[in-house]
Order: sequence, then C-alpha cells, then structure tokens
Amino acid sequence: MGVQEQYPFDVQAVRADFPILDRLVGGDPTTVGQDDSDDTPLVYLDNAATTHTPEPVVDAIANYYRGYNSNVHRGIHQLSQEASVAYERAHDTVADFIGAAGREEIVFTKNTTEALNLVAYAWGLEELGPGDNVVLSEMEHHASLVTWQQIGKKTGADVRFIEVTEDGTLDMADAAEKIDDDTEMVSVVHVSNTLGTVNPIRELADMAHDRDALIFADAAQSVPTRPVDVTDLDVDFLAFSGHKMCGPTGIGALYGREAILDAMSPYLYGGEMIRRVTYEESTWEDLPWKFEAGTPSIAQGIALAAAIEYMDDLGMERVQAHEELLAEYAYDRLTDLGSVEIYGPPGDERGGLVAFNVDGVHAHDLSSILNDYGVAVRAGDHCTQPLHGKLGIAASARASFYVYNTVEEVDALVDAVSDAYDLFA
Amino acid sequence: MGLGSDMYRQQILDHYKNPRNYGELEDPDFTHVGENPSCGDTIRVDVALDDGGETIDTVRFSGDGCAISMASASMLSERLEGMTIEELHALETDDITEMLGVEISPMRVKCAVLGRQVTQDGAKIHRGELDPDRIEE
Repeated sequence: MGVQEQYPFDVQAVRADFPILDRLVGGDPTTVGQDDSDDTPLVYLDNAATTHTPEPVVDAIANYYRGYNSNVHRGIHQLSQEASVAYERAHDTVADFIGAAGREEIVFTKNTTEALNLVAYAWGLEELGPGDNVVLSEMEHHASLVTWQQIGKKTGADVRFIEVTEDGTLDMADAAEKIDDDTEMVSVVHVSNTLGTVNPIRELADMAHDRDALIFADAAQSVPTRPVDVTDLDVDFLAFSGHKMCGPTGIGALYGREAILDAMSPYLYGGEMIRRVTYEESTWEDLPWKFEAGTPSIAQGIALAAAIEYMDDLGMERVQAHEELLAEYAYDRLTDLGSVEIYGPPGDERGGLVAFNVDGVHAHDLSSILNDYGVAVRAGDHCTQPLHGKLGIAASARASFYVYNTVEEVDALVDAVSDAYDLFA
Repeated sequence: MGLGSDMYRQQILDHYKNPRNYGELEDPDFTHVGENPSCGDTIRVDVALDDGGETIDTVRFSGDGCAISMASASMLSERLEGMTIEELHALETDDITEMLGVEISPMRVKCAVLGRQVTQDGAKIHRGELDPDRIEE
C-alpha cells in the first residue's frame, strides 16, 4: 500500500467513465465483443498503441450523428452551420490546448503519420535537395523514419540519425555535430514509444534554429501524457493523434507556424480547400482549410475536442504525475523479478511505458501468456525496427499506462510475467 | 483461461527447448530462409532429397523465433522425412494445427505455419516453380 495514496486524481472515478474496462476477456477472439466464453477481467496496458474512449467522447460522436450530422463549410442550411461551427471550434480547442496562436495553425489530419507525410511532401519535396540534410534520431517511429528516408531518396537530401546512448537518451554532443549549416529539418520524437525517453525538444529546437533549420516534434506519445506548449518548445511543426488521448481513430492534428504553413503549397487537392477554380487555375482557401481537402473527419474532429476537454478537466500536470507514478512502480517491480531486461532510462526519468524482455521467453509467447491473464500488452518491434536492431533484439513486450490504470493492474502484469518466466524456465 | 495457456502444453515447450533436427545440412538439395514480418521470426530449412528428387530424405532447420514457430518447425521436421514433395505441398494450415495438438489463436497462426511455408517455398524454388523475388508474405 502507499503508492495508491499518491494518485493525483480519483482513478476509480475516471474508470467509471470507461465501460470497456469492465469487460471480460479470455474467450474466442473470433467472436467480436464479450460473450459467455469470456471469463477473465481485462487489464489493459496497451495505451501507447491506443487509449480507450470515455463516455463524454462517445456521446460527442453520437450527438453529432443523432443531432446535427451534415457536411461542413459550404452549406447554408442550419445543420451544416451547426456542424461547421462545432468542427471549426474543435481547431480552436486544439490550438488552446497546445499553446498555438489560433486555428490557422492547426490542421486536422488522419493521424500523426499523415501529419508527418503532409510536411514531408508539401514542405520537403519543395525545399530539400542534394547537399541538404534532415536530422532524425535513432529512436524515431517508422512514421517519421520511413517518411523522411523516402523523401531523402526522392530529393537527394542526406538523412542522418542522432545516436542513442547506452542509457537510452539522445547523445546531444552527436546532435550538435549532425545538425550543421546544411540541415534544413530536425524531426525528432518527443517521447519515445519504445524507450519511454523524454527528449529535450527545446534544446534541439535551439540547435536547429541556430542553423536556420526547422524542427518537427512527433508528439504522438507526449501530447496525450503531459503538458505540451508549442511556444515553450519553440517548434515549427508538431503532430499528435486523437486516439492515443481518449479520442477516436481517424483524427489527429498538425501544428505549424502560420508563416511556414502559409508559404507551403497544399498536400492534397480537391474540394473544401479551394477558393476559386477555373478550368485552368485554382486558388487556395485560408489556413488551415488549405490543407484539409475533401470532406474531413467531422465527428472525429468534434470528438477530439471533447477528448481534450476531458483531459483538460483531469489536468495534464496530474496526468503526467499519474503516468510517471505507474511507470516507476512497474519499472521497479519488473526489475525486482531479476529475469526482466527493460530498455531505456531509469524508472524515474521516463514516460508512462515500459518495454522489456523476459529471459528465455520470446515477446510473442510472453504476450500470449499475459493475454491468458487478461493482461493486454503489445509485443513486436513497436514500429521501431532499426532501434530494436541496435538493441540487438527482434522484438519486445511493452506495457503502457494511462489515466485509468491502477497499481493493482501493474501487480497483475508483474505476477503474469513471473508465471511466464516459470513456465519456460 | 483463454487460448494462450492451452498453446503452451508440455509437447510445445519440449520441442521449443529441445528442438529436433536442429542445425544445417552440409550438402542439401535445397535451402530456404523465410521470416514472419509480424514478429521477426526467421527459419532456415535445409532439405536433402531422395528417389530422384521426389521424396524428402533428411531435414534440418535453424532459426530464431517464438515457441510456437520453433516447436512447429521441430515437429514438422520429424514428419517431413519420407514424405513426397507432393505430400509436402498438400500440407494445409489445419494439418499444422492438428499436428501441434493445441488451439492456435488467430494472431499466432502465421507463427505456427512458418516452417511449413519456408519448406514449401524452398521446394517450389528448387523446381523452378516459384520466383524467389515474388514470394507473398
């Protein structure tokens, strides 16, 4: 006991907002949803992949479809106006949440991956060429790594990687060497989805700007788990996904400095993003709509705003405190087993996730056995294959925590890991 | 308890910890390496043929992977010896899960059939029936 007393908010009250946490698992996974074959309480520790959706967010989606479903922007009728107001205001909510100047700096995308591709194509293809370089880190998610790698091949720009040290942090001396006068873009993950490392984005932003380069922060694991302010970080671009922070899938946001977005050409062409079209020429709508071609994910955008309001009510400082509490507790308890290797920084210097391997147990077998105990973790390379190669492993298991997770759930994880080790010993 | 615990019955764990026919052949008629991209499991199969190339004489496998893929390859290697190439190609997913004697959860079926797939692909490439650059995952 004792750890629970440090909860920054009433976790049981939070859990009550997520009915899915009450479901049983363990039955036939080919029959979708709970049925009589399910008998084991769910312990959901796969939040870095996707989080669950609280009732107010489910309500926001249902209210839209039941009450004012309509296409946005061009309709004069009332439903269209209501949908447009809600959808556009959702951009303001996102802007406020991350400290952007306003909606013109917030482009809704499908997810973080699409936001990275938007910038890589719309900015990268125009601005990069032979002699230029893009600086990433060795702990990039494939969303950033593969995207810039391929844009590098198309443009002839060099793509470099800041080295990860033994303790799972970025080698900042190496960063100072790799970021040079030919650097046009520094694209670095804020919180690593594999190591849990919290990278010094502000320091990297200063290094980039000293060389007249831009910086893109992949905030997929940071915006959902801690206060993030684009002004404090001094980033030029930042992106995150809604479904990792209590929102629905299919919606994410790209922050971009207004002047930079303004100078960029569109990424996708079509309806909703144009102002005037002739058979020969077209002109573009104002920001951010210039980058939102076609009918957008309207319900999802509105629900993202509802998710942000939900998180804001909890308070992002408290969310961060809860993440760190569970991560450190899990790190310490797994370490005490003696048979577990954890990747990344120490328990008190990481985001709310722990990737690890158990002696003699392949990560996929471990995940299957944990599933038997109702414990949902991810097993695989977590979209960081090159980093796993550097660590000398093919796969790892990853437990990741969110606002509704408890100390008892971490205990369930540790007990199951211990049993898995015994089974294979 | 769900499917997971059933997957790790004694027979599976025994073949995982003490794989049969593990290793490589000095002079195989064909060798093939394949991987399961979802988990990074890799299996190499070496096969020596008999009977004018129609029958499998000796099998060795090696690789690195989870208990399901390794145990399956080990058990399969015992069955393959004496089997004709035609019988090899007739092996279906159900035959493999039946051989394993446990229920395999849907996300793990690719692990279970990796050894079979690598052997079948290797045999087809050996006979010129499959372009090694065009193997479907």
